[in-house]
Amino acid sequence: MAKILEKRLIRHPDVFYYRIDAPLISRKAKPGQFVIIRLHEKGERIPLSLADINPEQGTISLIVMAVGKTTTEMSTLNAGDGILDICGPLGHPTHIEKYGRVILVGGGFGVAPLYPIARSLKEAGNEVIVIMGARSKDLLIYENEMQQACDKALITTDDGSKGIKGVVTTALKQELEQNGANMVMAVGPAIMMKFVSETTKPFDIKTIVSLNSIMIDGTGMCGGCRVSIGGKTRFACTDGPDFDGHQVDWDILINRQKTYLNEEKESFEAWKKHHAFAICE
Amino acid sequence: MTENNSKKISLIKTPIPEQDPAKRRSNFEEVTLGYSPEMAMKEAGRCLQCKKPLCIEGCPVHIPIPQFIKAIKEGDFKKSIDLIKTASFLPAVCGRVCPQEDQCEKNCTLGKKGEPVAIGRLERFAADYAMQSWNGAGIEITKPTGKRVAIVGSGPSGLTCAYDLARFGHEVTIFEALHEAGGVLMYGIPEFRLPKRIVAHEINLLKDMGVEIVTNAVIGKLISIDEIMEEFDACFIGTGAGLPKFMGIEGENLNGVYSANEFLTRTNLMRAYAFPEYDTPIKIGKRVAVIGGGNVAMDAARSALRLGAKEAAIIYRRSEKEMPARKEEIHHAKEEGVNFELCTAPVRVIGEEGWVKAIECVRMDLCEADESGRRRPMPVKGSEFRIPVDIVVVAIGTGPNPLVPQSTIKLVLNDCGYIIADEETGQTSREGVFSGGDIVTGAATVILAMGAGKKAAKAIHEYLMRT
Ligand SMILES: Cc1cc2nc3c(=O)[nH]c(=O)nc-3n(C[C@H](O)[C@H](O)[C@H](O)COP(=O)(O)OP(=O)(O)OC[C@H]3O[C@@H](n4cnc5c(N)ncnc54)[C@H](O)[C@@H]3O)c2cc1C
Ligand SMILES: Cc1cc2nc3c(=O)[nH]c(=O)nc-3n(C[C@H](O)[C@H](O)[C@H](O)COP(=O)(O)OP(=O)(O)OC[C@H]3O[C@@H](n4cnc5c(N)ncnc54)[C@H](O)[C@@H]3O)c2cc1C
Ligand code: SF4
Ligand code: SF4
Ligand code: FES
Repeated sequence: MAKILEKRLIRHPDVFYYRIDAPLISRKAKPGQFVIIRLHEKGERIPLSLADINPEQGTISLIVMAVGKTTTEMSTLNAGDGILDICGPLGHPTHIEKYGRVILVGGGFGVAPLYPIARSLKEAGNEVIVIMGARSKDLLIYENEMQQACDKALITTDDGSKGIKGVVTTALKQELEQNGANMVMAVGPAIMMKFVSETTKPFDIKTIVSLNSIMIDGTGMCGGCRVSIGGKTRFACTDGPDFDGHQVDWDILINRQKTYLNEEKESFEAWKKHHAFAICE
Repeated sequence: MTENNSKKISLIKTPIPEQDPAKRRSNFEEVTLGYSPEMAMKEAGRCLQCKKPLCIEGCPVHIPIPQFIKAIKEGDFKKSIDLIKTASFLPAVCGRVCPQEDQCEKNCTLGKKGEPVAIGRLERFAADYAMQSWNGAGIEITKPTGKRVAIVGSGPSGLTCAYDLARFGHEVTIFEALHEAGGVLMYGIPEFRLPKRIVAHEINLLKDMGVEIVTNAVIGKLISIDEIMEEFDACFIGTGAGLPKFMGIEGENLNGVYSANEFLTRTNLMRAYAFPEYDTPIKIGKRVAVIGGGNVAMDAARSALRLGAKEAAIIYRRSEKEMPARKEEIHHAKEEGVNFELCTAPVRVIGEEGWVKAIECVRMDLCEADESGRRRPMPVKGSEFRIPVDIVVVAIGTGPNPLVPQSTIKLVLNDCGYIIADEETGQTSREGVFSGGDIVTGAATVILAMGAGKKAAKAIHEYLMRT
């Protein structure tokens, strides 16, 4: 059982920040890794990226977007509550070295795991640029943190309510044309990472993406997280989650993510029926 | 022998009650129901109490078979379980899942004339009876030695090693990657063959003996073997061969294609059969094809029927004779209506809008193995055909899980990635580090993994008392 020490709503109404007591994990975890949690005896195991790691305090932070049953149920937990199982750190850390100029592209909750990566890249002596995208300015997360951690922060909104009007790839293309880059890293929805990879391809810039396939164990035992990289089957949990975006078969990933759409809906609806009171708004 | 010879000994095993196939194919309750005390005593009466009991030779952990059977025959069930427990820590498990026909029962003298003594069923009886009656009390533990041993992985090899080490008086901590201990016994072998409460019972026994079990601890990620060796006096690695293999054929990443491990883990460990009461879903559809011919394939096909599939077919490239699965399991699968497509190999999985629609197969020539053993079957040109299916489960074997070997320096592996360890002691290339079970031998059996854990415990004990 791991205790939640702090919980904050960071984007109304559905994105939450948790600081969790996990001394052993915090000691070993590196940016780019993730944990798998299970809320209770009947719960599903879901993967969540590390949004911050604090070995001195023995804590890790997670940023969770409530999208379905488990994440919404988690959103009802508060400081003092416990999470039954927390397993990690899993996956390989993001490879950090001095690349030169690095552009980070984040969408949705993907901005959060980029935060510790941005800081490590800075420490390694890189110039770090972040591009954060959202549909509208109210949907942005971690803006201030990223602005502090990076040399330059670009914001894009679909509706133009803040920063550049358009999607992240619009800003990315501009930035690459004007200033170039030695490395691009993207975390976010698969479709975003796919278009980021397509954008960088003509520039021939190495692009690392963090693949979020459906997982169970996270230890290489089930093969459910398999992805196709350069025509070869690899396991996102043990071989990744970071892969070369130009080698990923995006259609397979995006298709496999949809495997349980109906069941996810069924379980969410069933839960909501019994817990209508628990969700705010 | 004289006493037994005086009356005629039945040539067949005392039948064991089973759930009716028509009924059981839609529930997850245990298939075989076990002997009553009367049945057990009757079956025990068949044993000839041989002077040279060959049965013991066939058992990898050398259970004193005639002795425990004699105790059952005399109605002294307590004595019988105590005798079994001198050699085996998981009799309720082995009595159910051991390939007895290739081990103890294969050697049984009675087997020459008729059916061997039902050693497995009797072992199971004694263990189940004890579980209901005495709650496993009476295990002797020597006084604490002050030595600490870490066990990595809580499958049968790790559990057995822990049990023996605890009895020797060492302080034992088990690290398990998943949220539940038990290894394949928990996540792989289905409830209807091995009820999880039985495994849980044995694990609780270990806890009562003072063994600490740390779940959610992925060694190699959370803690390295090097760190373990700083804190503990010795370590046993029993991480199994859990890495699923795929065939590399077209369409293998379509939605609806599962590895057997994923299919069984969702069902057993995550209880997907009780979805949505339990959160983890599983896809079943109407028709399921399972590729492979081992116990794992049978378990997947039989689970599929229980989860609601209308049809389940085993696709295996050789003949039934060569199937590695236990005979009893093949028989049970047939009774429950699993179809067998033998001498058939999959060529590709055909999809529609991202989902499995059919599997294309080819017939293989040479159903009969020649004298020299298992010749490689060859596809028959032009024999391709399609089976319409919604789900494909790949059960063609597993490889070594790479997390520990990858992260541990100074651990010598063989070409396939298995840990090299001495067969008798489990000693690896690194001092104080022992290993056994599937991570050394490749996917094998529960009892062999237990045997390895037992031998390693003895060697670890000797090592600790020397240093
Ligand atoms: C390595 C990794 C790191 C992740 N890090 C985070 C994180 O830091 N914060 C966070 O909020 N989420 C993260 N996710 C996604 C998170 O695991 C899913 O949102 C979660 O499993 C959904 O569970 P649910 O029961 O709430 O929703 P479900 O009912 O299971 O799904 C609701 C919706 O989410 C989509 N979904 C389901 N599983 C995934 C998945 N694995 N990846 C992406 N979308 C999914 C479904 O398609 C569906 O549209 C990560 C996923 C992976 C694989
Ligand atoms: C579906 C199925 C059916 C089977 N049926 C039979 C049968 O009927 N009869 C029979 O005799 N055998 C059967 N077997 C084979 C038998 O289960 C195995 O041979 C046996 O379980 C091997 O035991 P083990 O201790 O080596 O490892 P496992 O049982 O594989 O256990 C290994 C444990 O180590 C854990 N682990 C792995 N990596 C790490 C890590 N880095 N850190 C911490 N923990 C880790 C795993 O999570 C797992 O719990 C079957 C196997 C399967 C999959
Ligand atoms: S442990 Fe297995 S091989 Fe040994 S006696 Fe029991 S059933 Fe037979
Ligand atoms: S070989 Fe058969 S008959 Fe002889 S002692 Fe063993 S179980 Fe009994
Ligand atoms: S999540 Fe099971 S192998 Fe990756």
